[in-house]
Amino acid sequence: MDFIHSIPWFLIFASLAKTIFIIFLVVLPMVSYTVYAERRVSALIQDRVGPNRTGFPLTLLGFKKDFSPFLGGLGQPVADAVKFLLKEDFTPGHVNKPYFWLAPALAMMPALITLAAIPFGSVLDLDFLLIPLGHLFGAEWGHGPVKMIISDMNVGLLFMFAISSVSVYGIVLAGWSSNSKYPFLGGIRSTSQMISYELCMGLSAVPVLLVASSSGLSSIVNYQVAHGWLLLPFTDGSLTLREILLWIPIAIAFVTFTISMFAETNRLPFDLPESETELVAGYHTEYSSMKFALFFLGEYTAMIAGSALIVVLFFGGWHLPFIPDGSRGGFWGAIFGFVNITAFFAKVAMLLVVFIWVRWTLPRFRYDQLMKLGWLYLFEIALANIFLTAGILAFT
Amino acid sequence: MAYIVPRPKLTFAEKMYLPSIVAGMAITFKHLKRMLKGETKVVMQYPEEKWDSNMPEHYRGAPTLVKDDHGRERCVACQLCEFICPPRAITISPGEIPAENKFAKVEKYPVEFKIDMIRCIYCGMCEEVCPEQAIFLRKDYAITGTSRAEMVNDKEKLYEMGGVFDGLIHKWNPKK
Amino acid sequence: MSPVLFWFFTFLMLAFATLVVVNRNPVASALSLVVTFLSLAALFVGLNAYFIAVIQVLVYAGAVMVLFLFIIMLMDLKAERRRKFNLLAVGGGVLVSVGFVGELVLVLGRFKLGESPFPALRAEKIDDVREVGMTLFTTHNLPFQVIGVLILVATIGVVILSRRELK
Ligand code: SF4
Ligand code: SF4
Repeated sequence: MDFIHSIPWFLIFASLAKTIFIIFLVVLPMVSYTVYAERRVSALIQDRVGPNRTGFPLTLLGFKKDFSPFLGGLGQPVADAVKFLLKEDFTPGHVNKPYFWLAPALAMMPALITLAAIPFGSVLDLDFLLIPLGHLFGAEWGHGPVKMIISDMNVGLLFMFAISSVSVYGIVLAGWSSNSKYPFLGGIRSTSQMISYELCMGLSAVPVLLVASSSGLSSIVNYQVAHGWLLLPFTDGSLTLREILLWIPIAIAFVTFTISMFAETNRLPFDLPESETELVAGYHTEYSSMKFALFFLGEYTAMIAGSALIVVLFFGGWHLPFIPDGSRGGFWGAIFGFVNITAFFAKVAMLLVVFIWVRWTLPRFRYDQLMKLGWLYLFEIALANIFLTAGILAFT
Repeated sequence: MAYIVPRPKLTFAEKMYLPSIVAGMAITFKHLKRMLKGETKVVMQYPEEKWDSNMPEHYRGAPTLVKDDHGRERCVACQLCEFICPPRAITISPGEIPAENKFAKVEKYPVEFKIDMIRCIYCGMCEEVCPEQAIFLRKDYAITGTSRAEMVNDKEKLYEMGGVFDGLIHKWNPKK
Repeated sequence: MSPVLFWFFTFLMLAFATLVVVNRNPVASALSLVVTFLSLAALFVGLNAYFIAVIQVLVYAGAVMVLFLFIIMLMDLKAERRRKFNLLAVGGGVLVSVGFVGELVLVLGRFKLGESPFPALRAEKIDDVREVGMTLFTTHNLPFQVIGVLILVATIGVVILSRRELK
């Protein structure tokens, strides 16, 4: 009995609730609608219409429905998902089966795990609901405000880098186990690309760590709440010389970090691992059905996690000027808590649109250009940028 | 002789690559904006909007048979179209017109006239070859069916689609 | 850390460490080693040493093993399978490991300090990134710099060696 009481039930339930909320209610729907947005925005950029047919409801069982160009298309992700689930899951005979099956899972999991370290909201205090509800069952359920982050580590940023560095296994294994040349080339390319750009990404995040003097993501956000967003330092209402000077290295860090993020998530202009024109579809050429969908999901989840990281590091996380966090409690506290969460994901969504926009603007890099850019330019710039930041911090 | 393409000297801004990225993104954004405002002309939204109003005069749609203003089927079952048709879409069974009929001078008529629309390639050869101006390609283009049999247009259907063609010679009429 | 979790990850680590040696397929060995590293990281987390745990994953699982796998992938795996058991090598290996374990037992038996628990650190939750950084850059600054220079020399050496091979 003591054992049961010693388990921190509230912590477990709260973490579970947060995990389910963020994965199933936010990120996975966001992934499917990012895919939809990708198709729609690309169509608009290229003067096309894009998928605008599959609206809600998906079927009227043969009844006539009037064409609505706006809602039309919003059902597309659902249709895609059903299609992925129902298609034949074909495993070619020449593949190395255990690894072939393992690879999609390995591509998907790390991207989801990285979400654990993202502070997606300030605090949420549902006591005004939970306490009366607990009394109904004769129990004490009030626990005060809950931080809107699944795991608040003081190494949050490093954790994200570490886990996303593991995600390369999915791609490597997929390329190797497919036992055919194009996936293999894709796997090789992605390995070297991801290892190279991980370095740039880590180094370009260092100035942020120096300024916020912590590597915990929630403390970085808290610093920005107190001193203004790092990239837009006026959001706290005042502007000091130090902030203006610091803006230069932070802006450089933002550019290098974003570029390496594009490379890390295998997005155009760095999508060499799956460049369609050279490698058929790269490392997932041999995959079909849900296994292919897992790669797809993993890629887009990584994109969301990456955008979330950029928001946390440079755009103040969940913070909006003049909107308080949810720590005051009561009904309005909860409302503000939800506003913070919404603000965070709105920022992420905006960045995702930029991701998409860049993808449909820029042509792909050549492989040697990619490596040269990573090792000769971004790496050096990020390194020099650290010294610049340290200098500014030391002398102002 | 090998010709070495001279490489253009890039300015610093061009080497930085970032300005051109911004310029490119501005261009794509302009396209996006124009699309959202509805200024760009895009493809027709087919089932809702239809071609019909701006179909060109020379459009070659489904081949059909026509009658003349006296209600006589113009086809004399000469089978020229059946022979000329490249994919052999046309099948005709000719028959004789009985002597008491007022069009008896024409002698022959098609008992059956079938055009398989799965085979037809809309080439218009039948229209061109027909000595009687009996077969015309009309503007029907949405030809669908749920079975192969449904896709074969029989005589009745062909006359229904073709209708009446006026102002042509009446060969059967000795006065003309 | 709950003892349940501790034993779970210890078991996982040892099991996969065994698999590294037992597996005939180099890719499987490499992947088992990755799982070993991950469970080791979990054990570090159990000690509240988040920084070490994360670095463990980042450096070993994320970089070193990926390079390993990368190289294994480029090799001909069939050669490994065709190879026969070398009785001498197996015997030697067993001998060495038994010797090593025996030595370990002997040393640990004499190591009196190891029997008392390590004195508790200052706070309940320590910012171990700061702690590690502070120690590295103040107390152990000189060794740290020396290691940095050493690695630099090694890197330059590798570059020179690989350059010469190209000719
Ligand atoms: S349609 Fe014209 S060409 Fe064909 S059989 Fe009739 S008369 Fe002859
Ligand atoms: S249009 Fe061409 S293919 Fe079609 S029935 Fe006439 S001759 Fe045959």
